[in-house]
Amino acid sequence: MKDRACIVGVGATRYGKRGELFDENPVAQIREALDAALDDAGLTRRDVDGFATYSVEKLDPSVLAPALGIPAVNYSSMVHGGGGGGTCGAVANAAAAVIAGQADVVMVYKFITQPPHARFGAAYGSAQVAADPLSDFHRPFGLISPAQFFSLLFRRHMHRYGTTPLHLAEVAVSTRRNAMRNPKALKREPLTVEQHQAARMIADPFRLFDCCQETDGGAVLLVTSAERARDLKQKPVYVMAAAMGGDSLWGQGLTSQNQPEDLYVSAGHAHMAKRLYAQAGITPDDVDVALLYDHFTGMVILQLEDYGFCKRGEGGDLVASGAIRWPDGRLPVNTHGGNLSEVYLLGLTHAIEAVRQLRGEAVNQVPDAEIALVTAGPSNLPSSSMLLRR
Amino acid sequence: MTMLADLASIAPDATTAPFWDACRRRELRLQRCSDCGAFRQPPSPGCPHCGSARGDWPLLSGRGTVFSFTIVHHAAVPPLAADVPYNVVVIELDDAPGARLISNVLDVAPDDVSVGMRVDLAWDETPDGVVLPRFRRVTAER
Repeated sequence: MKDRACIVGVGATRYGKRGELFDENPVAQIREALDAALDDAGLTRRDVDGFATYSVEKLDPSVLAPALGIPAVNYSSMVHGGGGGGTCGAVANAAAAVIAGQADVVMVYKFITQPPHARFGAAYGSAQVAADPLSDFHRPFGLISPAQFFSLLFRRHMHRYGTTPLHLAEVAVSTRRNAMRNPKALKREPLTVEQHQAARMIADPFRLFDCCQETDGGAVLLVTSAERARDLKQKPVYVMAAAMGGDSLWGQGLTSQNQPEDLYVSAGHAHMAKRLYAQAGITPDDVDVALLYDHFTGMVILQLEDYGFCKRGEGGDLVASGAIRWPDGRLPVNTHGGNLSEVYLLGLTHAIEAVRQLRGEAVNQVPDAEIALVTAGPSNLPSSSMLLRR
Repeated sequence: MTMLADLASIAPDATTAPFWDACRRRELRLQRCSDCGAFRQPPSPGCPHCGSARGDWPLLSGRGTVFSFTIVHHAAVPPLAADVPYNVVVIELDDAPGARLISNVLDVAPDDVSVGMRVDLAWDETPDGVVLPRFRRVTAER
């Protein structure tokens, strides 16, 4: 796969607070994001012939292709799993499709809206979610939301390695600092360590600012072959490597909490990290900027360990050293403001930021950024991640 | 009042029914691989360690140790507003190595829950007759 497919266009809708876009037509929103991506790429809707998505997306090509003016469909796929685990997997599917010659231009798409009756934060708790044989082992005990699942993993990490809530604060505050310079970010007011520590507790040890926003919006990425990309409007951004899956003992680890301890104190991405670096032929030192799925601050720390930017257990010390800050840290993380402070669109915005960094057009540009790591949401199996280069 | 009564419905299937049937008899039984002896929880049609489809259901003592925990302060859905703050614990059972049970510790203040805390089974029956394995803190080991 290495360097044989490219992201050639990115586009997004306006970003809204939770439920703000509920009255919009989702197809029209995807059309808006597609138009922006086509304009960015210098392509037309007649060039698009494939669809790739994730996270139990209800809108499929039967509805989208006619409404978007796409003449024929040559490829369509969806990555398993809810949440944001499939972002990079959807890009990987798109890349595989164009490399295999199944399609010429694949659009990776997602639109979400979170009105009060469909908040991700409520997950298994809402009345609409019926009991089922697997959730029976956590739901009756009040373990029903993503913040709660992840707080348990991070608690064990704290116990085993001495990681602290101040390490969480560093992630929240440095990410906010990046968002403050990003005009599209929804959270731009200053955030201090003191404010982080004084905020209300959600699921101990996660406080309010450890949890990402629940927001509305949509995005489209356009993927085509490297040959075609060279003739288009933008500098191509190459898919160096992509991984989708994880260790099978991770399995349903998030909701079942039953993975072996070495996996338990991780984000479940170490298996994919190894595959990425091997495919790309690089090491963690070669990564210039990391866009790490930040549904929760603690999971950024655990991903830094999974991807080898420090040893297991040293993620707290790594962030405390200022390593993830833009512009001076040795590995700026979530330069756009992430899910925590920019917007939460199930991870597509992390891919968009990686593209901007590699084109040299980011708001918080990492000088001369050559290689970007993008991760999708740590969750139940499968999750996904990718390395992009300019 | 039963804690978290709004969530206390279950929908067992053929694979998970032996666990819940045992609970109704006030017996804690977890599924163990009949070939390699590894416990698997939640119950599953296949052993993730050796691939065997066979399993048995040994009776457990109910003693265990808190492996991790959270204190939930934010009610994820409005009906739980009366329940917060409540604890959720992940328990390693003394006689089911490798398996973990998600549960709650009854009658304990949030500040008193800790990793490594010893706990013992305390059956909890909801008004609808669902019997849940919850736990109590063990202060002095027998």
